Amino acid sequence: MGRALAVIIWILTLGSVSLFFIKKWWFPTSISEHAPAIDRQFMLTIIVVGLAFTAAQVGLGYMVWKYRDHGQKDRALYSHGSNRLEVVWTIVTAVVFIGLGIMGQSVWAALHFHSAPAGSFQVEVVAQQFQWNFHYAGKDGVFGRTDPSLIDDSALNFIGLDETDPNAKDDATHSVIAIPQGRPVELILRSKDVTHNFWVPQLRFKQDLVPGMAIRVHFTATTPGKYELACAELCGQLHFKMRSYMLVLPPDDFQALMALPQEQFQARMTELLAKYPLPTYEQ
Amino acid sequence: MSDETHEAVHRHPAPTSFIRKYIFSLDHKVIGIQYIILALAAVLVGMTMSVLMRMNLSWPGTNWPILGTLFPGGAPNGVMSPEFYLSLVTMHGTIMVFFVLTTAPQGGFGNYFLPIQIGAEDMAFPVLNMLSFWVTLVGFIVILSAIFFSGSESTVGPIGGWTGYPPLSALANAGPGQGMGMNLWITSIAIFCIGSLLGALNFITTLLNMRTRGMSLMRMPLTCWAWFTTAVLALLSFPVLLGAGVLLLLDRLAGTSFFIPGGLYLTGVLSGTSPNFPLHTGGSPILWQHLFWFFGHPEVYIAILPGMGATSHILATFARKPVFGYRAMVFAIFAIGLLGFFVWGHHMFISGMSPYSAMTFSILTLSIGVPSAVKTFNWLGTLWGGKIRFTTAMLFAIGFVSLFVAGGITGLVLGQTSLDLPMHDTYFVTAHFHLVMGVASIFGMFAATYFWFPKMFGRFMNERLGKLHFWVTFIGVYCIFVPMHTMGIAGMPRRYAQFTEYKFLESLHPLVVLVSIAAIFTVLVQLIFYFNLIWSIFKGKKAGDNPWEATTLEWNTTSPPPHDNFAGVLPTVYRGPYEFAVPGAPHDFVMQTEPEPAEVGEGVGGNGHNGHRH
Repeated sequence: MGRALAVIIWILTLGSVSLFFIKKWWFPTSISEHAPAIDRQFMLTIIVVGLAFTAAQVGLGYMVWKYRDHGQKDRALYSHGSNRLEVVWTIVTAVVFIGLGIMGQSVWAALHFHSAPAGSFQVEVVAQQFQWNFHYAGKDGVFGRTDPSLIDDSALNFIGLDETDPNAKDDATHSVIAIPQGRPVELILRSKDVTHNFWVPQLRFKQDLVPGMAIRVHFTATTPGKYELACAELCGQLHFKMRSYMLVLPPDDFQALMALPQEQFQARMTELLAKYPLPTYEQ
Repeated sequence: MSDETHEAVHRHPAPTSFIRKYIFSLDHKVIGIQYIILALAAVLVGMTMSVLMRMNLSWPGTNWPILGTLFPGGAPNGVMSPEFYLSLVTMHGTIMVFFVLTTAPQGGFGNYFLPIQIGAEDMAFPVLNMLSFWVTLVGFIVILSAIFFSGSESTVGPIGGWTGYPPLSALANAGPGQGMGMNLWITSIAIFCIGSLLGALNFITTLLNMRTRGMSLMRMPLTCWAWFTTAVLALLSFPVLLGAGVLLLLDRLAGTSFFIPGGLYLTGVLSGTSPNFPLHTGGSPILWQHLFWFFGHPEVYIAILPGMGATSHILATFARKPVFGYRAMVFAIFAIGLLGFFVWGHHMFISGMSPYSAMTFSILTLSIGVPSAVKTFNWLGTLWGGKIRFTTAMLFAIGFVSLFVAGGITGLVLGQTSLDLPMHDTYFVTAHFHLVMGVASIFGMFAATYFWFPKMFGRFMNERLGKLHFWVTFIGVYCIFVPMHTMGIAGMPRRYAQFTEYKFLESLHPLVVLVSIAAIFTVLVQLIFYFNLIWSIFKGKKAGDNPWEATTLEWNTTSPPPHDNFAGVLPTVYRGPYEFAVPGAPHDFVMQTEPEPAEVGEGVGGNGHNGHRH
């Protein structure tokens, strides 16, 4: 029984580790400046995790194989432990675990301990149940005033934009987010109703949109293309369908798009959405 | 409190009527079994829900005629609706966390064995003990009623997940199931909190005041340390959830705005412009998250600490060896309990909380891995040099160690702020907490069941069926939860009713199906466990008083123990709990009640205080 258990534990360990090793189901190719650092920290952590996991399971299997009762006359070892060992493994695990934890702060600090760099492109994100709205400031770079009491779904004014505000004249809204390649982007995240979450797997970035708050985050996308945007915080019945796209555009295309007046902006977005295919994934 | 007064409170004569003996019983053993039966009923509901969820995820849009017949609203034409799926998510999580993982390890086994293991006749407050069970049962009935009261809303309860984040959970117009179903859900949790508080008070008082002569704290079995620490965690964390639940209920029913900010616009209506959506202003959705996780993280340890205790206890017994590093194990239990109160923010890195707080929580979180690793090392140390007897209980205890490592170690990933950016709310998280707080805890309870069944019923459970149960479950849970990690790495979000809407999720479909098939097999095998349990009560092989040749006080009395546990003569304790393989002793185990030759007739001081002799 001990030997069977040891073998099963080892097989399960091998199976588990190889699932991570073959990387058949893995991160999609990243497209943001901070993502390679996250991927490196993930690989470092997963190697430590994998080694610790394997060592513990192999050790467990070894113990149940070696120390099974096969009718020998002698008794088990009479030992209450070893203070020296306790001290050693407490210190070693503390150094490794807390060391990993400290290393894991660097990307976080770079993204969250500073506000967006000057010259960032700003987009206001207004989430609502099962729909994304992106508010672009237009040529003047200033967002028009919004007020929830001005929301008018029948007029497609989902964010309550005050049309009488001069700053709103050149503003555009769309259900897709378009951002420039290679230039920092600042998102101002709001929600109209419940908590949502902005999640683009390729960005390695996620942030809640909390009603009553305007959360500012920033990142820089590096690869042009069209990527799926998902809601990653349970927001109700059709949470699984709250999908949109993120378009990352080469600087020139992006400048041209943002210079367009409202109607042409909408038409051009439709063209661009058709132009870029979604990334291909394994399999 | 002096010995005389507390003995007067807890001492009660053996009941004679059926109702006082088996239903409104004051006997901690009967109450323990009642808790276990409650958990066994709740886990059937929770497991059934998980199978339904897996069916929908793997084969979305399939017509399951029986589902259509049972839930014409939630599964019109037998096809599961998304809101029905989400209500299953919510109810599965809530029922499992509260009515299974909190109920069986602490209320069940803790109630039954804590007093016996410390040599007490009963809990300190038997009436409170009875009340804590009945209050918990009312909580369970209330949450079950949510299944039926939500019928007209085509769900089997609310759709907020077990974490119930407002405003989704605070607004009746936020979706199907968020009306009466949500009120019942909150009420049930509040009732459960009260029941747990009563239980926690009782555990703490009993352990501190009612240890028998010679039972010093450091002579207690590790199970008692685990139940004690769990009770302290429950005492400190449940009131916070209770308070939060009351505030949420007030937001829903009394028009307050603790968690609801102003200016909300929902389903075409602005807050304050319609009687269906009264004015709310100034609340904070994040406040709920803080209150919830201040409870929610200690809750994880409430679920698993008793399993750790049982595992230590059973590993020593069947390795025929003293626990390796007993003192370090006690410190580790305490360290886990203490640190458990300072890490709740790791559930909220991306919530909009201050990024500096997130960093602090992150580093504290990684440090909680240290006592967890110490425990693992000591379990391996306990097996090292042992003479292992592979009973079913021992297999499950070894399985616990394997699964605790497998599930716990990915906390090193999730606890890092940077890595939480891609991992948060994906299946990586689902995999992590199911393995460590769900499956490992349950393995601890399976081990406890097979181990203590002979004491509770005077008969063994069938070992052959038990081993079949172990092998399939052990392999099954690995097949279910390891692939979920890679789904999470690929980005698959939790709480999606279907994965059909996204291209990046398409390639994961084979894994989704594999997990579902493994889950269905694993759930089916649990029926063998239920059969074994019931069959063995009546037909199992007779067991003696100490069938496992164990050392602690529960094996000093008859199987099952009499009403006052020790037939009127409380045992005296002379040594630590795990004296196996003592050189020169006549057997390879020395019971705690066996005096040192020099100590015979000398007697040891009362209540454990001066009982620690060398």
